[in-house]
Amino acid sequence: MEGQTDSSDVFSRRAFIIAAGQAVLLSVLAGRLAWLQIAEAGKYKTLAEDNRINMRIIAPRRGYVHDRTGVLLAGSRQNFRLMITPEHAEDITPVLDKIKKLIAVDERDIKRVQKEAKKSPSYTSILVKDNLTWDEVSVIEVNIPTLPGISIEMGEIRDYPFGPMTAHLLGYVGAVNREEVDKQSGDPVLKVPDFKIGKTGLEKAYESHLRGLAGRAEIEVNVGGRQLREVNRREPVEGDRLTLSIDSELQQFVYSRLSQERSAAAVILDVHTGEIYAAASFPAFDPNDFTEGIEINLWERLNNDRAYPLNNKVFGGQYPPGSTFKMMTAMAGLEAGAISAGRTVFCPGHFYVGKKRFHCWKAGGHGNMNVKEAIAQSCDTFFYKIASEIGIDKIAETSRKFGLGSKFGTNMPEEKAGLIPDQVWKRKRFPKDKKWHAGETVVNAIGQGYILTTPLQLAVMTARLVNGGKAIKPWMVAYENERPVSAPLPPPMKVKQQHLDLVKDGMVRVVMPGGTAVASQIEEEVWQMGGKTGTSQVKAITASERAAGSSFTQENLPWHLRHHALFVGFAPHASPRYAAAVIVEHGIGGSKAAAPIARDILREVQKLNVAARKPAPHTKPVEVKS
Amino acid sequence: MIMLRSENQLFYKLSQMNWVQVGFIWLVAIVGFLAMYSAGGGSFSPWAERQIPRFIFAFFIMLAVAVVDIKIWHRLAYPFYGVCILMLVAVDVFGHIGMGAQRWLNLGIIRIQPSELMKIALVLALARYFHGGSVENWKHIRYLLIPIGMIGLPFLLVAVQPDLGTGGMLLMSGVAMFFLAGVPLWMFLVSGGAALAALPVAWSMLHDYQKQRVLTFMNPESDPLGAGYHIIQSKIALGSGGIFGKGFLEGTQSRLNFLPEKQTDFVFTMWTEETGLLGGAALLFFFGGVIFSGLWMALRTRTPFAQMLIYGLVVNFSLYALINVAMVMGLIPVVGIPLPLISYGGTAMLALMVGFGLVQSAYIHRDTKLPRS
Repeated sequence: MEGQTDSSDVFSRRAFIIAAGQAVLLSVLAGRLAWLQIAEAGKYKTLAEDNRINMRIIAPRRGYVHDRTGVLLAGSRQNFRLMITPEHAEDITPVLDKIKKLIAVDERDIKRVQKEAKKSPSYTSILVKDNLTWDEVSVIEVNIPTLPGISIEMGEIRDYPFGPMTAHLLGYVGAVNREEVDKQSGDPVLKVPDFKIGKTGLEKAYESHLRGLAGRAEIEVNVGGRQLREVNRREPVEGDRLTLSIDSELQQFVYSRLSQERSAAAVILDVHTGEIYAAASFPAFDPNDFTEGIEINLWERLNNDRAYPLNNKVFGGQYPPGSTFKMMTAMAGLEAGAISAGRTVFCPGHFYVGKKRFHCWKAGGHGNMNVKEAIAQSCDTFFYKIASEIGIDKIAETSRKFGLGSKFGTNMPEEKAGLIPDQVWKRKRFPKDKKWHAGETVVNAIGQGYILTTPLQLAVMTARLVNGGKAIKPWMVAYENERPVSAPLPPPMKVKQQHLDLVKDGMVRVVMPGGTAVASQIEEEVWQMGGKTGTSQVKAITASERAAGSSFTQENLPWHLRHHALFVGFAPHASPRYAAAVIVEHGIGGSKAAAPIARDILREVQKLNVAARKPAPHTKPVEVKS
Repeated sequence: MIMLRSENQLFYKLSQMNWVQVGFIWLVAIVGFLAMYSAGGGSFSPWAERQIPRFIFAFFIMLAVAVVDIKIWHRLAYPFYGVCILMLVAVDVFGHIGMGAQRWLNLGIIRIQPSELMKIALVLALARYFHGGSVENWKHIRYLLIPIGMIGLPFLLVAVQPDLGTGGMLLMSGVAMFFLAGVPLWMFLVSGGAALAALPVAWSMLHDYQKQRVLTFMNPESDPLGAGYHIIQSKIALGSGGIFGKGFLEGTQSRLNFLPEKQTDFVFTMWTEETGLLGGAALLFFFGGVIFSGLWMALRTRTPFAQMLIYGLVVNFSLYALINVAMVMGLIPVVGIPLPLISYGGTAMLALMVGFGLVQSAYIHRDTKLPRS
């Protein structure tokens, strides 16, 4: 009995103790519950928003660009981007701090995000860091529940597999700037953070085709920005796929060949259709460097380089054509009746206009020249004479028929019109010296003076000389998706075929014994070319330099003052298919520097038989032959 | 005549039950039904439609156990304990592997978790043992060796499964029983100290995932995809309920499948997200009701056996509730203890109702004298 009472008392006491403990614990739990639900309710409510529907613009994939055989020239690669949406996080600073502990983020980027968050509406997503590695993506994803407002987007960024080789042709893409947004205020896709649009080259010219149409997704979003389900989706439409007339294998060859010089450009096209097979400008840059915003040092280097790597010299480089212009003077003379097949002009090595003496490059003179020989040997005097007889306006008129002096409408933003002067032009241009002087005629007649041409224009000019009188226009895009881009039929030029034949024959002789470029003839007979050398002065030769004779050479001058070297050519000369124009900036002599390049590329294009590679729309890229 | 009397006796006994505790038990169970309904997305399937019949069945089991004379339970204490030990051994040897741990015995039609029954059996056996002695005995260690073994054996068998949560509960139940029996306080202090000293050894014996659980508890952020994820989400869901909750069936966290295990371990979270502080506090109040009516019942009985049986089982019940709620609120590491009578699951509920049956049996027969050993 006693024992029982004893244990009863003990039990009661102890039971009470335990009960008290349980009461305390229950209260603690209730208190904690109250704490979570009342005191911290604000915090958790933000984290657990009721079904938020977020509108998200889905960026369309930019259209791919292929060469004529289907090789990919501009495509895309994956880019993982870390985004933060301030609206989903009460305060982004601790979130950013957490991010810093997880992956490497530049302090400047953090500051940028903070600034941006203050400026933009809180529902916009701000880029924190992109081009995340797979490891960084994993680390972030695993921690996402504690990173409110954070999300990882998989984007695609523009990728140029060939880099500098196609840099000027394709151009590059970059972030949209203020003015561009204003100009195209309608398109919502521009509001997608860091959307890229074409800035130069084909990317810009064909922006509306390549961009595609933005899609839209309505997403139910919850804690920490975790996207739970899509309520609605309108798919984006991929941009048009372009198939170009460019042949990447040829382009590779041309670019490599040019890279042996310090600054050069070349273009090669079809004489009958005008399609451009290759167009390269050297030095170039890597357009991939521009996609995400170019690094400032690189930008400065590119800008300060005297070889002007950022310039598309094929479309936008304007040079005095030098002797490559002589065919125009010849055609003008033939059309005007001043020249006939048999007419000769005597070249003593100089020519007088009034009292002023103009020199022929061959100090001793060429003797009697007919038009074919004058072209073959590039006699200046012959053309001085003819030009004086027909006048600048006639020359200008003829040149314009061959495409000089105006743009072709390629839409390439870098395309320049060149300049073909005439009297009307001079009046407007030099109000203080309106009259056209006879001396100016002869200088312009040999491609110096005011005349400016681009390599593209020179190639077109050459094509029009040898294709039987068709005013072809250059073009690059063969297909937009499946649709062939039809080139309009070239209208016939109003010039006589026999005149064209004479000039062509002269050009064939340029590369034969006696001609100025004989050293550069293509070995294989079936592929042999015709053409014309050109040397355009950058700095006039002074009298003292002339007097110094052979001891003065262009090599004495600093590089940027040396003559440019040019060459225009066509092949095969029997029935021409291809026309090319080459310029080697400050290359001194057309025959020395430019002709060998033209020889090599005209030979290569025939060897590859590029014209036979018909472009067809391709949906999958073809393996590049290495 | 006899039948009439036994019928009378049956009704009489039933009338002697503590209907207050039964009421609280039903209140808890009803919360459970509502929770299962919500967890099913506003539908009886798949959980509510199973849980409700189960509970009703278990309730009848409870009544059946309650009307059986306490003397019989007293006699069956050790055998029942032995059977449970055997079942635990069987689990360790043949056990069905589910949820990454070997806890179940597949007996063909049903699967049972012997560890849940063990909790009841341990209390029963310890109550009987301590009933057989006096407070004086417990001052000497030699009398305590057997009960220590009675606790230690199932603890080891369970810990090996591995099931640290249940093992811990067994330990705590056992300690509570020791405490209720009147074991001197200084012994608790000493063993507490020894336990602390043994902590490093114990730590090294933990499985990796168990170590991870403890570490994650310290810092949930460090394992946000594993257990840390559960806790973080649980706190968010809890907190977002506010005072009045989001509304029944309107828990966005749960509805959007954000909250894991919402029908089992995290059912408290789901409940309070939907019913807010009011609903959560109400449930805690119901738990308190079960516990304190149990205290009241224990104090009304005469024998140590009855007293310790009642309160030991009540403590056992409270351990479930307190541990689970503390866990979902992020106060202790994740240990996989279900919320009693609410979390979806058969064996735990059945075991608990058997326990309550024993409690009621002890209460109904509170004036019965029991043999000393």
